[in-house]
Amino acid sequence: MSDGVVAAGGQPARTNRVERRSPLTSIPLIYIALLGTLIVGAALMAVNGENLFSGGNIVDILTRSSLLGFIAIGQTMVILCRSLDLSVGYVAALSSLVAATTMDGDPSRIPLGVAAGLGVAALVGLFNGVVTAKLKVHAFITTLGAGLIIKGYLDTVYPGPAGEVPGAFQAFGYTRIGLVPLSAAIMLIIAVFGVIMLQRTRTGHRMFAVGGNDEVARLSGIRTDRTIILAHVFSSVMAGVAGLLLAARFGTGVGAQIYDAGYDLDSIAAVVLGGTLLLGGRGGVAGTIAGVLILGVLDTMFNQLQIDPFFRDVLRGIIIIAAVAVYARRQIDPTKSRARFGEKSASRKGSTGTSPPEPTGDSRARRAGSREEQSE
Amino acid sequence: MSSASPAATGPLGAVRRIFGGGTGPVFVVLLTLLVVMLLLNPSFFQPASLMAFLRNAAPLIILAAGQYFVIVSGEFDLSVGSLVGAQVVIAAKLIDGDESRTWPVIMLMLGFGLLVGLVNGLVTTLLKVPSFITTLGMMLVLAGAIRLWTGGAPTGALSESFRQWGRMGIEVPVLRQIPYAALIMIVIAVLTVLLMRGPYGRTLVATGDNDVAASFAGAQVWQVRTLAFVLSGLLATVAGILIGGFAGVTAQVGDGMEFTAITAVVLGGVVLGGGRGWIVGAMAGALTYRLLERLLVQLDMPSTLNPTIQGVIIILALAYGSRRLWGRRRRRAAQPITTKPQPSGAE
Amino acid sequence: MRRSNRILIGGLTAIGLTLTACTTDAPTDDAETEVEQEAETDAGTDDGTAEQADDGSDGGTEEGEFFVREEYERQLAQRDMEPEGDPDTPWMQMIDVDEMVDTSEFAVDGPQDLCFSNASVGNPWRVTGWITMQEQVEVLQDEGVIGEFRTADAADDDNQQISDIQSFINDGDCGAIMISPSTTATLTPAVEEACDSGVPVIVFDRGVNTDCAVTFIHPIGGYAYGATGAEFLVDNLEAGDSVLALRILPGVDVLEHRWGAANDIFSDSDLEVVGVEFTEGDAAQIKDIVTQYLQRGDVDGIWMDAGDGAVAGVEAFEDMGMDYPAFVGEDELGFMRKWDETGMDAVGLSYSNFQWRTPVLAAEMIWNGEEVPAEWVLPQSPVTEDDLGEYLEANSEMPDLHYAKFGGEDLPGFPEAWQDR
Repeated sequence: MSDGVVAAGGQPARTNRVERRSPLTSIPLIYIALLGTLIVGAALMAVNGENLFSGGNIVDILTRSSLLGFIAIGQTMVILCRSLDLSVGYVAALSSLVAATTMDGDPSRIPLGVAAGLGVAALVGLFNGVVTAKLKVHAFITTLGAGLIIKGYLDTVYPGPAGEVPGAFQAFGYTRIGLVPLSAAIMLIIAVFGVIMLQRTRTGHRMFAVGGNDEVARLSGIRTDRTIILAHVFSSVMAGVAGLLLAARFGTGVGAQIYDAGYDLDSIAAVVLGGTLLLGGRGGVAGTIAGVLILGVLDTMFNQLQIDPFFRDVLRGIIIIAAVAVYARRQIDPTKSRARFGEKSASRKGSTGTSPPEPTGDSRARRAGSREEQSE
Repeated sequence: MSSASPAATGPLGAVRRIFGGGTGPVFVVLLTLLVVMLLLNPSFFQPASLMAFLRNAAPLIILAAGQYFVIVSGEFDLSVGSLVGAQVVIAAKLIDGDESRTWPVIMLMLGFGLLVGLVNGLVTTLLKVPSFITTLGMMLVLAGAIRLWTGGAPTGALSESFRQWGRMGIEVPVLRQIPYAALIMIVIAVLTVLLMRGPYGRTLVATGDNDVAASFAGAQVWQVRTLAFVLSGLLATVAGILIGGFAGVTAQVGDGMEFTAITAVVLGGVVLGGGRGWIVGAMAGALTYRLLERLLVQLDMPSTLNPTIQGVIIILALAYGSRRLWGRRRRRAAQPITTKPQPSGAE
Repeated sequence: MRRSNRILIGGLTAIGLTLTACTTDAPTDDAETEVEQEAETDAGTDDGTAEQADDGSDGGTEEGEFFVREEYERQLAQRDMEPEGDPDTPWMQMIDVDEMVDTSEFAVDGPQDLCFSNASVGNPWRVTGWITMQEQVEVLQDEGVIGEFRTADAADDDNQQISDIQSFINDGDCGAIMISPSTTATLTPAVEEACDSGVPVIVFDRGVNTDCAVTFIHPIGGYAYGATGAEFLVDNLEAGDSVLALRILPGVDVLEHRWGAANDIFSDSDLEVVGVEFTEGDAAQIKDIVTQYLQRGDVDGIWMDAGDGAVAGVEAFEDMGMDYPAFVGEDELGFMRKWDETGMDAVGLSYSNFQWRTPVLAAEMIWNGEEVPAEWVLPQSPVTEDDLGEYLEANSEMPDLHYAKFGGEDLPGFPEAWQDR
């Protein structure tokens, strides 16, 4: 896997080309995987006398996918910047409570509630981004800590469900356009914007650049801190949207029921399943959506086939590892290598006997640069 | 890998290492918490209370030592929490209250911990799956498989000879009772510190710092990392034995301990991404985490607020720690980087 | 070194300051604003958030989202009512029946598919009940009443459970939908949707904020559960004795009711509540917290909102060499065995695990067109010293994490189904 990153960041001069090319390289595979899941799933269902593509099941898949989709789109942005966000579940809970208590059953207060929910989420994102980028605290700890802070606040201030979502806003959670739930439609629209932003706008290119190699990005004039902060704000706002969707579906705002649901790790799994490198710099929203859909199809299938919920966990675990192992196989590129100053499971080059690292002085130079850069 | 490394050998070096390296903040926090504790509840420092505290902190300290190996090599192990839970449930189910099965089952558990670590390590190094994902998958697999096996709720019972390790201790004057858990923790601390001082430790840190360079230097990087995962699996098993022994078996054992262990290690000045940090710092981080929890119970306020305070302190300690680190990096960056990283004294 | 020393001292002070700052200013400020905001907007329905952890407040538990005095008093009264029906089949007994529902519109012939949306099997109590339910279903399948039994387990994820229920509705082949809601408030819209689909809906265990279901099956309730435990402590302890309350987690209505009731009784008594702690039902945490309280002073009684990990709490006293406290546990066998072994003063509260049989039987009644109560209140009584021996003997072959009042002794799968989980 990491060798993929390696390829992405090859040489400083190539960074720009990589930006444009990268979203395309791993996406076809994920769509093949999605197709494969659908075919295998449909076959298994058919054996049991069911139809995976029945209207009910399609609605079910899309409904299940929309919530995780929102969170995973945001998570994609942070992971592209070689950060990560473990606070998404807590932010969603916070946003649901703030929005629901602000609306309080009054349809005229819906815009205010939405604004409040998303605004609070954006503030958390700002906090995550600033602490990560400016204070140089690892995002793992920043977002885990931010999550704990929010958890304590929610448990103390809202000991249970609070607020009331007016019927008009519950439509966000329950309306369907034909077979497509409104929430899924909105999620897909945001995903399209996400794809366009990453591929066509300067901000998107910066995200790839920062994730690919942040000191090179910096040397080429990108304000890396700002990009990381922006990605965190985006991620939190998307988690806030997920919180709004949950509030609409629940008719009220809740805390523990949302933050205990494991959206943090689920969303990271979906992003990585979608072909985005955990080390940043490569991947994209389109792949993430495919990853989310795969998980949605699996869930629906497991339910229809009456698979034991515990066995579901086992299967999910194996599928996630296997999928990423397959990507990693494909992306091994022994001719390229780069060293990187620590982040997550960074710098695994040379960790196998199979791809001897290329002894470039270049990587060490950049390494030194990396330290220098971070020291300011 | 502290900048104080050249001097780290002498007694002065030890002092500098405690308060000078990336480990500094954790000892500051630890001392602060001890002072606050002294003001709030002096009876905490009575031998019996201290021993009870150590008994409680020992499993997390051991878990943190295991997590340290993985983190310093540049990886993550998210599977330790569910491994602890799985081990306790396995023990209860297989021992089923029968004293004679205690030792065979403990051997089996150690074997299982080793196997889980080995799988984590090989999938990460040979299949090149990022360890975050490998161990996240392992976490799901273990949690699901163990519940599948027991039908959702643990069955069986632990034997007294199994439980004594987490529950009993050696009776001595003054201290009343030294818990076995504390003794086991100290033995593990000594062994792991020695391991980190030896060739393996140096290679491990070098690998985490720069695996390309480490492999030039002749290290079998994949073996080094796999062994780190195996150590983590083994130590998680030991922690599981102590936790199961302390409180018996419930369905929730081990829940969320992976995040606690990682937080403790990072609090101890070990840098996520590898190559930096001292194992003693990691263990001190775990001790600090538990002390903080204990302190929060003493404070007269809603216990629901505890996570908030934990979050604030963790972020502050890390922000402070990385601020110190920048200063050093600036100095370091001014020097030419040696081709072969010499993780001298970096444990 | 000097510079770093200064930094050290600075950091130390900063951390110290933060500690104090955190414990006093920020959270209370926030809390106030929120409560104000709520009070302002919630007027009429729920006034303000429940001040649940406020132990020792005068005049009992405040009314709030989680504490409705009228319902509390109703439940206390229901404890003394004589249930209708055969005492040998408590799962078919009813208390305080208000209204019977005519189900002739749902009467059908032949086997029907039964659908069940389960919140989770995440704790031993639910696992025990789930086995009982499956055994009961099997009996009715053999009798040709139930065709397929379809279940969806939401693994404690409310949103997932909503999807599960919607999926049942969309498939359209359920003869009845049984729902054990994960959370009262959040599942309400989905349950309403299920009701609107025309399929008979049976809700049990935790409720929902709508009475659209054909029947809502539950034991007397959380208030009664918490109150029975608190009354036991009041009766068995002396004035001035100290009580430690151990709770699983905040925000779950059934658990909040238990504590609300107990808090009400404690605050009107002469007992002193020395602490209210959340443990997540984790034995290690329970044992550790009890140990800490014992180090600081005596604890004469332990009140728990659920029995998970109760044994660890008892062990804390043993390991400290202290006398056993008066203990409020649950009808979990591990605890009952410990209780029997030590001879301590204890009570094993029960949330009537046999309630998991009732919804299946209610589905059969509905398909037969028989009347069912709109709110089906099942009996709920604790295991006491008097019948402890009896229950232990009856369940001697059962594992520790089994519940004495599971009510499946007469099912054909007994006892293997509950032994080999």
